[in-house]
Amino acid sequence: MRATSGYDEERLGELLGQLPPAPAGWVQAAQELPAARLGLDAIVERARVDAEFRVLLVADLEAALAAAGYEPTDELIDAVRACLPELDQ
Amino acid sequence: MTMELSDAQLVGRCRNGEAAAWNELVERFSRYVYAIAVRVYRLPEHDAEDVFQEVFARVYERLGSLRDDAAIRPWLAQLTRNTCVDRLRASTREQPVEELSAEETDAILERLDEALDVREGLESLSGDCKEILDRFFARDESYRTIGDALDLPAGTIASRISRCLGKLREQLEGRKPSPDPSGGS
Repeated sequence: MRATSGYDEERLGELLGQLPPAPAGWVQAAQELPAARLGLDAIVERARVDAEFRVLLVADLEAALAAAGYEPTDELIDAVRACLPELDQ
Repeated sequence: MTMELSDAQLVGRCRNGEAAAWNELVERFSRYVYAIAVRVYRLPEHDAEDVFQEVFARVYERLGSLRDDAAIRPWLAQLTRNTCVDRLRASTREQPVEELSAEETDAILERLDEALDVREGLESLSGDCKEILDRFFARDESYRTIGDALDLPAGTIASRISRCLGKLREQLEGRKPSPDPSGGS
């Protein structure tokens, strides 16, 4: 954060008004990018290098994904489940 | 994500595949990218949405190539600018648009950077202050709407805004905020 001094209330209000929220749907779509596009790769890679995470996935796939911050959709669960056998090798 | 992470920490966690960190990164910079698209380059809504999604897709894919994790903000700004310019060039083939001068573009970008600094300060205020200031200034809500949403008398909103701005100014100037966490009387 750069040095910020000498702000009066009017200036602060004007600056706060410079950044209105992006439409919620846009934000949500961007947040879902990893799961939609590259999430599977990230999950598989993490499972490959993180033995504890791999054990959790095998024990309770849905809960492990949710705990790691992923939306455990049916599609994602199926995709990760399909990758689990090769991770055990 | 409960703890306020630095930009560099956030980028590191994203690179490790933490979905919650990615959500936070998008949340933290979504207004910035949006503002560059619609305020600096004045893209129409449908083009701005395409740019918004393209920028975050590129960020996700190229996060590994970022040399300095703390430099995510200027990197993101440049990425957004390039994507907007590409979009404008594509659209001018169909319909000419008014060119912005480099000086004008830089001036607006500088103001947005300053605005993002102020927002970082806002994030450290109490929930009520953050909510009230964001609703009034960034979301352009009326006293009545804010009062209804936060279950506060509409007649007290103006004074709360003033108090919260004072706290924000103290925060930005590096002084310890006053102990009242609510912003109320």
